[in-house]
Amino acid sequence: MSARTLYDKLWDTHVVRSDADGTVLIYIDRHLVHEVTSPQAFEGLRLAGRKPWRVDTILATPDHNVPTVGRDKGIADPIARLQVETLDQNCAEFGITEFKMNDLRQGIVHVISPEEGATLPGMTVVCGDSHTSTHGAFGALAHGIGTSEVEHVLATQCLLQKKSKNMRITVDGKVGAGMTAKDIVLAIIGEIGTAGGTGYAIEFAGEAIRDLSMEGRMTVCNMAIEAGARAGMVAVDDKTIDYIRGRPYAPTGEMWERAVVAWRELYSDANTRFDREVRIDAAAIRLQVTWGTSPEMVVPVDDVVPDPRQESDPVRREGIERALAYMGLEAGTPITAIQPDKVFIGSCTNGRIEDLRAAADVVRGRRVAASIRQALVVPGSGLVKQQAEQEGLDRIFVEAGFEWREPGCSMCLAMNADRLEPGERCASTSNRNFEGRQGPGGRTHLVSPAMAAAAAVTGHFVDVRQMKQE
Amino acid sequence: MEKFSIIDGVVVPLDRANVDTDAIIPKQFLKSIQRSGFGPNLFDEWRYLDSGEPGMDNSSRPLNPDFVLNQPRYQGAQILLARDNFGCGSSREHAPWALLDYGFRVIIAPSFADIFYNNCFKNGILPVVFDTEVVEQLFKDVAAQPGYRLKVDLEAQTVTTPDGTGYPFSVDASRKHCLLNGLDDIGLTLQHADEIRVYERRRREQAPWLFMDVNP
Repeated sequence: MSARTLYDKLWDTHVVRSDADGTVLIYIDRHLVHEVTSPQAFEGLRLAGRKPWRVDTILATPDHNVPTVGRDKGIADPIARLQVETLDQNCAEFGITEFKMNDLRQGIVHVISPEEGATLPGMTVVCGDSHTSTHGAFGALAHGIGTSEVEHVLATQCLLQKKSKNMRITVDGKVGAGMTAKDIVLAIIGEIGTAGGTGYAIEFAGEAIRDLSMEGRMTVCNMAIEAGARAGMVAVDDKTIDYIRGRPYAPTGEMWERAVVAWRELYSDANTRFDREVRIDAAAIRLQVTWGTSPEMVVPVDDVVPDPRQESDPVRREGIERALAYMGLEAGTPITAIQPDKVFIGSCTNGRIEDLRAAADVVRGRRVAASIRQALVVPGSGLVKQQAEQEGLDRIFVEAGFEWREPGCSMCLAMNADRLEPGERCASTSNRNFEGRQGPGGRTHLVSPAMAAAAAVTGHFVDVRQMKQE
Repeated sequence: MEKFSIIDGVVVPLDRANVDTDAIIPKQFLKSIQRSGFGPNLFDEWRYLDSGEPGMDNSSRPLNPDFVLNQPRYQGAQILLARDNFGCGSSREHAPWALLDYGFRVIIAPSFADIFYNNCFKNGILPVVFDTEVVEQLFKDVAAQPGYRLKVDLEAQTVTTPDGTGYPFSVDASRKHCLLNGLDDIGLTLQHADEIRVYERRRREQAPWLFMDVNP
């Protein structure tokens, strides 16, 4: 067989049938479900008198709407409560495994599935959420789908797809000290733009990607969608296999041995041709802070807010002007002069244990600056929260003046009570800085956990590496 | 899903790139468990001067007169003219539901985000991709002629301007078939249930760990 990319291999093993026009029915191995994008799909099933094809592939949890405080009192917002109760009822009715709000294993769907070993290499993974690309870190084909497709997967275990093109982004060499996965992926998006990956499946490769932990690779793949690609992925290596071994849903015994043999094949063959290749010099990547209303509007922390007059394309220039007006920023302002009002550490991008450790390292022995109105730490799952508490991270945060919350999506998209007020500025470890994303009128600056922690304790953006020397 | 054949409708221009699904339908409206009723909150933060919440009487809210959807000349529009990377961000199908509920059946742009593009077809909305130069010309024409309309013919795969200029567009044969006939693709897929079962039997032999129950 001719040389194939990782994406080609994953695609080929999941083809059920192909149509003449290139529409392919692909088989889905894991279906993750949450409360926001599933109620209409379940209702559709009921109206058509259909049943889920394979309930044993589905894992459900409420994450978008759940409160991060006072859970013993239930959900105060009646509309949010109805949506979470609807998920509970649908899972009970159809026999679907659900980690309910007060289950220790509950959390952001993209954090809990890897944590449980429910995301395995070689799988197709879908969820009615665009950040499903996260699971590609395991050498899986994973992407977000709409609610009609959620219903389609429930009813048929398959999805109608057209194959994407192949793109490889190689981050060559080693990143400098203090650079994180978030800085790498923001630098990539700054380079190729938010539509740079549209129509492609992106494989992230190169020494700097291989050097990342599984948590770091998840952060990078998570934001593939912010570069326009539905799916991002990383080849399987020892780190992948070591991460999965012993997790609750991972295979065991002889089946584990067989699986590992198969997983070892999940890489792009040598000399494979990609439709597009991008190479990035790891050593040139600096600490990243977004200044605008799109993740591609990003600069290094030691840079300044860009000047729209230097942009020749009129649509782009207008975009920059609009973003500056929305963000309340002047061209030429040093990034380090920008002062957030709130800090949010969490989300499916940066809500895992390694992220909390990185933030705690910066916070330890310091206090949240007086100018910060609220600093939140929202673990990605109940198990991440438990692990962090066992390591004493919660005390470091609380003693510094952070609030230590229950797991969920929280202020990443502000569907629950955690949100920005109009005009408020936030240093956020989440994935989108769109207008109103964290609350109507809210202003988001995307950064890594260490950079968010540094902004919290100094009251402005700062090169976290300089802080560590102080 | 409503059949799509020919739409002859007023065009409204939304002159900004990277319009994301958070802008199309803000998150506070995603708490609904229905598929309909999102139209009044389409582009909520741009369209109204106050801050929108579910359950408000939208007819009494202050409109932003500068927002294009609120201008009298574009009332009743069925065709949205947009810029690059329309529909980026979240996979929320509430975005096409809101556009459809408002009355849009066609969106014309130089490029769309993948998931949004896909979601449109599932809901009877036709996304049409034209070269940037064509889109630029259409923006100029819409601005110059109040009441500007386009005729979109899916069968013929053409968009025709008032002066009779026809622009051909491409669309996948299977998507076109479903849209023209208003077909539910789940029913079509289930016609291949035997092939799915054959695949499962083969795959179970090759990779039995993919058939372990999450609820043993």
